[in-house]
Amino acid sequence: MKKTVLLGALTVAGLAAGAAAAGTLDDVKARGTLNCGVTTGLVGFAAPDADGVWGGFDVSICRAVAAAVLGDSTAVEFVPTTGKTRFTALASGEIDMLARNTTWTFSRDVDLKFTFVGINYYDGQGFMVPKDLGVSSATELDGATVCIQTGTTTELNLADFFRSNNISYEPVPIETNAEGQQQYLAGACDVYTTDASGLAATRATFEAPGDHVLLPEIISKEPLGPLVRHGDNEWGDVVRWTLNALVTAEELGVTSANIGEMSAGTNNPEINRLLGTEGTLGAMLGLDAEWAKNAIMSGGNYGEIFAKNIGEETPIGLARGLNAQWTNGGLIYSPPFR
Amino acid sequence: MTLLTDPPKESFRLSMLLYDTRYRSATIQAIAMIAFMLLAAWLINNAITNLNNLGKPMSFGFLTDTAGYDINQRLLDYDSQDSHLRAALIGLLNTLVVAVLGCITATIIGVFVGVMRLSNNWLIARIMTVYVETFRNVPVLLWIILAMAILIETLPMPRAFKGDTPTATMDLFNTVAVTNRGVYIPEPLFSRSLGDIHFLGDMALRFDVSMDLIAFLIVLGLSIFGMRKVTARANVIQEETGDRPKTWHVLLGLLFGPSIVLMIALGFHLGYPELKGFNFRGGIHMRNSLIALWLALSLYTAAFIAEIVRAGILAISAGQSEAASALGLRPNRTMRLVILPQALRVIIPPMISNYLNLTKNSSLAIAVGYMDITGTLGGITMNQTGRELEGVMLLMVVYLAISLSISGVMNWYNNSVKLVER
Repeated sequence: MKKTVLLGALTVAGLAAGAAAAGTLDDVKARGTLNCGVTTGLVGFAAPDADGVWGGFDVSICRAVAAAVLGDSTAVEFVPTTGKTRFTALASGEIDMLARNTTWTFSRDVDLKFTFVGINYYDGQGFMVPKDLGVSSATELDGATVCIQTGTTTELNLADFFRSNNISYEPVPIETNAEGQQQYLAGACDVYTTDASGLAATRATFEAPGDHVLLPEIISKEPLGPLVRHGDNEWGDVVRWTLNALVTAEELGVTSANIGEMSAGTNNPEINRLLGTEGTLGAMLGLDAEWAKNAIMSGGNYGEIFAKNIGEETPIGLARGLNAQWTNGGLIYSPPFR
Repeated sequence: MTLLTDPPKESFRLSMLLYDTRYRSATIQAIAMIAFMLLAAWLINNAITNLNNLGKPMSFGFLTDTAGYDINQRLLDYDSQDSHLRAALIGLLNTLVVAVLGCITATIIGVFVGVMRLSNNWLIARIMTVYVETFRNVPVLLWIILAMAILIETLPMPRAFKGDTPTATMDLFNTVAVTNRGVYIPEPLFSRSLGDIHFLGDMALRFDVSMDLIAFLIVLGLSIFGMRKVTARANVIQEETGDRPKTWHVLLGLLFGPSIVLMIALGFHLGYPELKGFNFRGGIHMRNSLIALWLALSLYTAAFIAEIVRAGILAISAGQSEAASALGLRPNRTMRLVILPQALRVIIPPMISNYLNLTKNSSLAIAVGYMDITGTLGGITMNQTGRELEGVMLLMVVYLAISLSISGVMNWYNNSVKLVER
């Protein structure tokens, strides 16, 4: 009898512990910092600069969320994760959100129990080879040695691609982008494969980027976006709408330069609702009225973040392509702020 | 008539559990045991509750799902359409390969270095000291990464073997190719092979056994049996006449003769590696991830084994070697016949824990991209299926089983060499 009572008490305690862990928004506010999972270093997306300050496309999302929730874009604890450790870190609560060029797939959403809040970069898997190899198509890679980051969707795509084309390959599994770069440059593998954006970012750091070419094949769809744990919809909403705010800001022409005058009030009601001068959207999220304004001020709107970190003016030199606003023929589209 | 009466029958009271010294320790142990089990139950219950809250109840069903990824080094047939369980098995075999190779090499290097460290030659003894201290005092992960970096950065890539004026050439009469993707050595092939026997059909744990290998083992077994017979006969003749008949040519013939006949019968020839396309094809490919891991683990563990061997030798009193010298034994025979057999008794128990360490350290394999069981089951499978707890538990069970088997075998060996007291 005693044992039953005790086990019952333990179950209640366990349930209480589970329930307490659910309020991520309150946890972040109480902690005063946002724990954000990023890569261990991919220039343009997430990498520390010479002063140790993290910057990049994914990092900007973390900073925007921190600015929206805490009003301070520097109140972020960046947790570097590898392809292998990222999901465990998020599922265990070590990080509040993961912004680490992670592909939205069915099994990660449904089986791994994560909520992808949106897509901030439409990508696809590509191949990079040294120019003097004389390869012009991925189908000519029969028998090649391929460097690949373990624990990624690219690993599975690669197996599928070579199987469907009935050609063989030798995978060399590596843990981080830096290791892959070292092996590729030393010639321990003929090909380096990952998301095309990642290849461009990696190539930009080479001594002689012109000696390497990206093959024309894009063998998969890789919609990349930030994600949170299943089961905490309030927190998921905060991250989702912070991302949407950045996208909407670009669509409406709100930039970090003109946000000051625009937040004084404009005659566009959607801008007013976004910037908190009209309506109570912030309160509905459990944030203050200036949440979106803070988020946009932290690094600019989506277009500014893109241009500053990975755009054509940067060494990485990615064109907007699919990632242009829907008004310009791209796929970047935010639901309305209403 | 007896004067002794029975002592009064004591009735058992509950308070005696605490105040009676006969029962007290049992009471305390029982309470500690219950507390420990409650703690364990709480931890398990907590984990299960939280997993259920996450919507991920414990399940091992993922093991039968399609793995979807490829593994470069596979000792059994495997492709990306096999199950996670088979991927784990391939990883387990890779772990065992590097563990066995590592244990053998570490023992050879370790014994050699340990003996050399006691050498009277000042230079040799000092060099061995430097070796032991450098390898023992740097984390093994760094040695693994260093070995890999050296292999990748210094050796030529397969492309360098191409063209009219290649910058690199194959070694050993064009049979061995040393590249920065690994070493390609000739492989034994049989043109009249006996084939393989296939076990377990289409199951995840299916495996093939080569009939050629079995034939060789049988022939080798018979050869050794014959050699023993010859030696026994020589011993009998020596006892009777005092003269030992010359046996070495018979023994040599018995050892190699039947095997060579079998090799010819099976049509033995070597398959040489050849540069085709991006890589060498044919031959046995020892990937540099395997070589780096093997080398680093062996050299690191050998440093510890050297110290154990040195301690074992020093534990044998100087009187033993003095007595051996007095009998006219040369130093190397003294070592082989007098010192080492006695030292082994001291050496073997700590050696077991070094073999266990080597096996467990092999889980650092992912640092160089070697697909051991930590890389397959504990790496990619865990990541793709999100079954962290189940994966880690399986891994722990596997390593526990490997370690217990190693210590079982070593304890059996220890019992067979320990001093028999009469």
